Amino acid sequence: MKFARVVYEGVVRTARERAGQLLLDDGGLVPFDAVSWLPPLNPMPQPRTILALGLKYADHAKELAFKAPEEPLVFLKGENALTGHRQFTRRPAGVEFMHYECELTVIVGKTARNVKRSDAYDFIGGYTVANDYAIRDYLENWYRPNLRVKNRDGATPLGPWFVEAADVPDPMTLALSTTVNGKVTQSGNTRDMIFDVSFLIEYFSSFMTLRPGDLILTGTPDGVVDCRPGDVVVTAIEDIGTLENRIAVDREIGI
Amino acid sequence: MSFIPAGTVYGTLLNFRGELEALGAKMNEPPYKAPPKAPVLYIKTANTFSTNGTDIPVPARVPQVEVGATIAMVMKAPGEVAGYVLMNDLSVPHASFFRPPVNFKCLDGFLGIGGKLVTAEEAGDPSQFRLEVRINGELRQTVHFANMVRDAHALLAAVGEFMTLAAGDALMLGCGAGRPLAKVGDRIELRCDSLGTLSNTLVAAA
Repeated sequence: MKFARVVYEGVVRTARERAGQLLLDDGGLVPFDAVSWLPPLNPMPQPRTILALGLKYADHAKELAFKAPEEPLVFLKGENALTGHRQFTRRPAGVEFMHYECELTVIVGKTARNVKRSDAYDFIGGYTVANDYAIRDYLENWYRPNLRVKNRDGATPLGPWFVEAADVPDPMTLALSTTVNGKVTQSGNTRDMIFDVSFLIEYFSSFMTLRPGDLILTGTPDGVVDCRPGDVVVTAIEDIGTLENRIAVDREIGI
Repeated sequence: MSFIPAGTVYGTLLNFRGELEALGAKMNEPPYKAPPKAPVLYIKTANTFSTNGTDIPVPARVPQVEVGATIAMVMKAPGEVAGYVLMNDLSVPHASFFRPPVNFKCLDGFLGIGGKLVTAEEAGDPSQFRLEVRINGELRQTVHFANMVRDAHALLAAVGEFMTLAAGDALMLGCGAGRPLAKVGDRIELRCDSLGTLSNTLVAAA
């Protein structure tokens, strides 16, 4: 099963897909474009932990002229960074290089502490797609990638669907791709991750407790390009979803 | 009830003049190559939250813990501060600030918080805050918030340029230089006249 969270007529609802439309939790059936999509996440009692990986694919590490890391390069985000499917992300005026990153995202299903790699999949609730935009103009070498690059409001689209783990027998053989205005600019496969999903669950849970609803954005493969105002960026992962976003300039959003 | 933040907790590195002086010329050398322009932030995840008076577990592989005594602004709305609270931002000591410090700063329990949120009006001017750190009763550090690089107002403005701090989010003002080290068995007490006392004891993790 998979579900979405949407706003329809001013009310937040969970929804499932039915015959190319959305079946809302009140029984209504509406087209995809009749709603505003939110990240497919239930609220949590405490602030959500959002872990993200850098240099996670061998080819992306090469592209950025770094050697493949010996331990994961990890950074964190706040919930302000998240936005839903079919929303926009701001490209500030004067920016030279803003790129997408198509990433398989793990949603933790059970409280995880000192989990062994062989048991890791028992702790995964589901998966979704993230587009972890970066604005490289703002990179600084202090706690890099710094939050000005990676924690901007609405610069991490997530969705459209929460796909339950049971529906994804092997998350390590999924094709990823990104298109910009319909042209394929990035393609890869989760099998090329340097640190796979089970390793990451073991690694993180060895020093911090993960709770249901926490996220792990697992990094992106080769093929990031600059995105211009008005571009429609579609990040897709086989069996997980197709996440659409549009690049907006300041004047469109009243800045 | 001891205060617990409802939103994301952000920390600030290098917001005290003493921290910059300690790094000196190193800031221009690799891997940093230049002093920071924007505020250098990090996140303390919810698994780190420890209320006032609770024990904080330290894994056996961590012989010493760095005490990051600070005060956090807690937001009422974007750009508007509800109040201030003491925070003890514990870290596994680390010399390099090049990569995000998740595995040094986000261990379970590694953020003492509290005991209470004091309103902005009651707390007074953050640049006048003075914070004393005692370990087992002995004074080990005094943090003068007059030494901030960006004062509370300027820090909020600089952070707000690239991200929104929403209601319930918290932003630490920075930890000062000369941070003391502590070990299992130590009782760490932070005290500020207008904000009260935050006390936690380090214990061996089960």
